[in-house]
Amino acid sequence: MSFLTVAFAALFYAATVLLVVGLVRRIALYWKTPAPLKIPTTPAPVTQGGVVLRMIREVAFFESLFKSTKWTWLFGWVFHMALFAVLFRHLRYFQEPVWGPVVWVGPLFKYLAFAMIIGLLGLWARRLFVDRVRYISAPSDHLMLLLLLLIGVSGAMTTFVAHTDVVAVKAFFRALMTFSLSDETNLPTDPLMVVHLLSVAILMIIFPISKLLHAPGVFFSPTRNQIDNPREQRHISDWARKLEQ
Amino acid sequence: MAKVEFQIPELQEYPEVPAVELGTMAHSKPFVAKPQFQEPLNFPGELPDDWHDKAIDAMGDLLGKYRSLQVYLDSCVKCGACTDKCHYYLGTKDPKNMPVGRQDLLRKVYRRHFTFAGKYFPKLVGAEDLTKEVLDDWYSYFHQCSQCRRCSVFCPYGIDTAEISMAAREIMDRIGLGQKYCNEIIAKVYKIGNNLGLPEAALADTLEGLEEDVEDDTGVAVKYPLDVKGADILLVTPSADFFAEPHVDGLIGYGKVFHEAGVSWTLSSKASEAANFGMFIGSYENMRRVSMRIREAALELGVKRIIFGECGHAWRVAYSFLNTLAGPFDFLDPDYPVPQHILEFTWGEIQKGTLNIDKSANDDMTLTFHDSCNVARASRMGPEPGGQFKIPRNVIKAVCNNFVDMAPDTIHEKTFCCGGGGGLLTDDLMELRVKGAKPRMEALKNVIEDHGVTNMAAICAICKSQFTKVLPYYGMDMDMIVSVHQLVSNAIILTGQTDGDEEDESADDAA
Repeated sequence: MSFLTVAFAALFYAATVLLVVGLVRRIALYWKTPAPLKIPTTPAPVTQGGVVLRMIREVAFFESLFKSTKWTWLFGWVFHMALFAVLFRHLRYFQEPVWGPVVWVGPLFKYLAFAMIIGLLGLWARRLFVDRVRYISAPSDHLMLLLLLLIGVSGAMTTFVAHTDVVAVKAFFRALMTFSLSDETNLPTDPLMVVHLLSVAILMIIFPISKLLHAPGVFFSPTRNQIDNPREQRHISDWARKLEQ
Repeated sequence: MAKVEFQIPELQEYPEVPAVELGTMAHSKPFVAKPQFQEPLNFPGELPDDWHDKAIDAMGDLLGKYRSLQVYLDSCVKCGACTDKCHYYLGTKDPKNMPVGRQDLLRKVYRRHFTFAGKYFPKLVGAEDLTKEVLDDWYSYFHQCSQCRRCSVFCPYGIDTAEISMAAREIMDRIGLGQKYCNEIIAKVYKIGNNLGLPEAALADTLEGLEEDVEDDTGVAVKYPLDVKGADILLVTPSADFFAEPHVDGLIGYGKVFHEAGVSWTLSSKASEAANFGMFIGSYENMRRVSMRIREAALELGVKRIIFGECGHAWRVAYSFLNTLAGPFDFLDPDYPVPQHILEFTWGEIQKGTLNIDKSANDDMTLTFHDSCNVARASRMGPEPGGQFKIPRNVIKAVCNNFVDMAPDTIHEKTFCCGGGGGLLTDDLMELRVKGAKPRMEALKNVIEDHGVTNMAAICAICKSQFTKVLPYYGMDMDMIVSVHQLVSNAIILTGQTDGDEEDESADDAA
């Protein structure tokens, strides 16, 4: 096996472990930490079904952000939705045979890489040119956008500018997933693909230790996931109950 | 008017988001609580030598107790959605008054001590040690947040800066750095029963005086009972209602509504205060202790229902937290929500038709309504979401002919804070209060100029006091603030009321 193949195999195994273990631990922490008081931002739904709908509106349409600022909403929503679409299309590189819907959307969804890049550039422009947003930005906030742009641009280039041997890349990942790497499944030495995969691995590694935790975080946000029924149902946490004894 | 030592913001016709100006409010700090006001709350009297370690320990403790704190400190992506939403930023231009700017004061220390990235790459992620300078910033800027939750409406993750401010104040209290105004008041509640330190005899006297006033005005003996065992309803209302203007006119209104509804009710000298400043300082223990007085009073008096008077944060604690803190209330009549808001009661009576209303009694006014933040974004009235917006307006429209709302971006869930909530209603923060009122003052001025609004109704003791004080700074009349139940009081014609006088008066006016 080539050095590149071994290095990237090790990198992706490590990144996957760090991503999964890190996220599971963080989600477990959010799960276990009690919310001792009812604090939904009102008006809030008065039923569980209503809360589910509120959460769907929040994660699918970014309802609150829409209320706030239309430009950030536009760039943020376009970026996220394009990212999900592109990720969905990427299933083709891991499945054999490829699932029908993934095949059907493939030709169309590949252009969404441009939407993703435009969204990221818009968000970065806001971060650079709006004085309030510039003030709150740490170096990591800029680097995060740079990393995502690297992923988007390098990926788009392998499709639209300099074709990579995707069959070989797919063989590599299939072998990675089945722990059957061999000389037959060497990763192609294409600089664009190397940049793409390296930046994806970095993203996976930093996911559970960065602001990307907003992804699980939103589901645990008490102002969004609580039912507005404090008068009907007594809500009390374990540590607060101890004060009553 | 009070002495002016700072520049009063100029009101604009259209809301304007100011450019960032560093440190404009770094000097703003409320007085620090003396040891004697810390100890009744079970907080140390002074900053100890090992305050740093104690503060980090306290942060760790709170992170384990409050999911909101843990999730919100992790989740912010610095998108900027909140940056132009805080009235204190809009009024002061200080970026540490942007909700995210304020949160970051705590978040940078959280990152330094509780996250991998902050421990090993602090510069990269903006993590910082808790130095004395950072602590000074905490004390300054976490007392420039009125915990109004406007930012949480617009945050894509629902991050509520109020939760962060409360946690920060709790940490500071635990290292002996408390705020005088809040902690002195809480100590007073423990000692005497209300924020003002009004003893039982003075309270009884005041209520007797009200009864005489109402009888003089109307010829009807409306009662304002205190500590009546076996009454159906316990009314818990902010102590400002007992003497301050326009609050007391609201209390007169509650009494008239109860009188006409034919229910028996009482105030309690033990729970002679609806306010619960334990919330402002983020202390569950103190908030619970203050709340327990209400449970005890209800049990001792043997009432069947609890109703709260017009107060914003008190209604949040009552509606959202009382059942948690002092429940279960299974000893009360299960046919009524516990607790109820006085407006829920009054609106119910208006719908039943028990009140005889003469709307023309308020014809000298054109009203607008200020949604109080804690009512708007942290509670509800009635069975439907948004009842907290409809019911007060329904009541106002039922007793007044002229009502106009302010601009849509400044009411309902997007309402602007009065500038004095969250434990900031103290003279040592006057500059902050005046500047923080700017967005509300702008919206008010616009309806005055465009629609001839003469008065603004409010349902919060803090809002009423704050506006009374701040309006003159902006060249408006302090008397334009009215209680909603003051309007009700004006319009109610009591059964048996001698209202010949009023017709005479209008005849005089015409002549």
